[in-house]
Amino acid sequence: MRATSSSVVAPVGSTLRPIRQRLLLTLLGYGTLALAACLLAPLVGSTRISLARAFDRSIPFADNVDAQIFFLARMPRVLAGAIVGAALAAAGVVLQALLRNPLATPFTLGVSAGSALGAMLAISAGAAVAFGPLSPVPLASLVGAFVAAAIVYALATRPGRPMSTAVLLLAGVTLNSFFSALILFVQYMADFAEAYRTVRWLMGDLDVGGFAPIAGVLPLLLVACAAFAVLPSSLNLLSVGADVAATRGVDVARTQRLAFLSAALATSAAVALAGPIGFVGIVVPHLVRLMTGVDHRVALPASALFGAAFLVACDLVARTVLAPVEVPVGVVTAMIGGPFFLWLLVRKA
Amino acid sequence: MALQLQQISFEYGPTNGFAVRDVSVVIERGSLTGLLGPNGCGKTTVLKLMAGVLRPERGTIAFDGRALADIPRRELARHIASVPQETHPAFDYSVLEMVLMGRHPHLGTFALEGPGDLAIAYDALAGTGTAHLAGRTYMSLSGGEKQRVVIASALAQQPDVLLLDEPTASLDLAYQLEVAALLARLNRERGVTIVVATHDLNLAASICRTLVLVRGGRVLAQGATDAVLTGDTIRQLYDVDADVRFHDRSGHLTVVPIGRIR
Repeated sequence: MRATSSSVVAPVGSTLRPIRQRLLLTLLGYGTLALAACLLAPLVGSTRISLARAFDRSIPFADNVDAQIFFLARMPRVLAGAIVGAALAAAGVVLQALLRNPLATPFTLGVSAGSALGAMLAISAGAAVAFGPLSPVPLASLVGAFVAAAIVYALATRPGRPMSTAVLLLAGVTLNSFFSALILFVQYMADFAEAYRTVRWLMGDLDVGGFAPIAGVLPLLLVACAAFAVLPSSLNLLSVGADVAATRGVDVARTQRLAFLSAALATSAAVALAGPIGFVGIVVPHLVRLMTGVDHRVALPASALFGAAFLVACDLVARTVLAPVEVPVGVVTAMIGGPFFLWLLVRKA
Repeated sequence: MALQLQQISFEYGPTNGFAVRDVSVVIERGSLTGLLGPNGCGKTTVLKLMAGVLRPERGTIAFDGRALADIPRRELARHIASVPQETHPAFDYSVLEMVLMGRHPHLGTFALEGPGDLAIAYDALAGTGTAHLAGRTYMSLSGGEKQRVVIASALAQQPDVLLLDEPTASLDLAYQLEVAALLARLNRERGVTIVVATHDLNLAASICRTLVLVRGGRVLAQGATDAVLTGDTIRQLYDVDADVRFHDRSGHLTVVPIGRIR
């Protein structure tokens, strides 16, 4: 018998526990973490406030400065961080299973580049079309994302057959480069003020200014969430192999389409809200898998919750580390994510 | 009969020609059938057609008299399970997780496996001699262990029919014999109907009671092993001159290849 000690690590040992118990513990643990992040992050800032006072119902809201700062000034930003973090992390998990590639990210499929191009065009055109709670830039970014997703989807699907993940990956990467070139061109043609705004948008920003933009993308995220809820056990089998999944009763073509469309939807909503914030979609799923094991029924909800906490924490760092100057949150996630990504590559090799 | 293929034809693309042409095969319930033929002859395609992974362009496949195309995928997976040549998961699942995935067709979308499913999984692990590996990760296993775990996963589906694609191809002699003995035992003790595609003629001779010989996407011969496995058919199948003799100590036919026929 070969030595077994090195391969039996904690999460694997814990997979011997019943799934029901693992799922419950995970939801409880990571849910608490996400909730704690959302409650504690608004307390930090230029003005010190107290959580007890903010939730003190005996003081009228109009007179409760702590509550106003907590709920009106800081909560939208924290909530945006939580939602975007959860969406990107969950989309990362789904795409990594769909592409059977642990290094895939929500931005691998060209959706974010399409979204960025849409936003760039809206910024440099100074467009003023608003749609409900969506202002022109997020709206254009959504349109860009949908166009990119539609192109990749059309290229990779054939009627009645499983998707070609190779085409999916190559089309996504190609589209990313193509749109990036167009983005550079749009920036080159723009004047200084517009160019600065486009660059700032590309860095990602969770300062959404209120609850309206969040409400604008929430319906899209809820639809994506509903799809994420039915996917996990099929994703487990899909990540083992398409043929294996088919012989275990998974409708492969349908699962792949649902996975692609829901991940694209979640990604486009997140990017429309806060710009393309990198690395969340890869760092979080990997960290979570190390802790919970790889079963998607546990790893997917855990990644969403951990992603929420992670991005709220990153944004907290972004707005405090050089205060009063604010570091773009995309730079913070990249600072953590870049080295982590390389570590993953080296570890795999 | 468990599976009946009638005049099946299949092509992978309009320009690739037929991978399988006018194939008619009958797999009896409780049988252990070997699927023999040279590389690229269509063995794997036939297995995928039997599993319902591929749909034939022409002809019909029936399971227990019902057209395969009319059986929902999940229901079909409760009757027919497959073991591919090699299985490479994208993530490092534990052995128990791999085997529990075999319960998928028996569970609803949101249902989690319960104690009953766990018992079936451990039974499948025990049946393949891999119970001691339950807590290991799949990727840390040797080739032979992986193959047996995947077979356990297929057994957890509690199928009537088990299809295996060259299950011994990457295994050393000891593991080859072990997997062969496992298949014979599953067939004998659990009554699982087994179809195994293989290049190992001696393995086929030792465990298979019936053989189907395939060449160029067509069925060359099928029938009882003793009747079908002859020097003549091997020459037609592989262009190889071989001695086929009954071997007293092993109690089955053995094939000794002599040389290639130009």
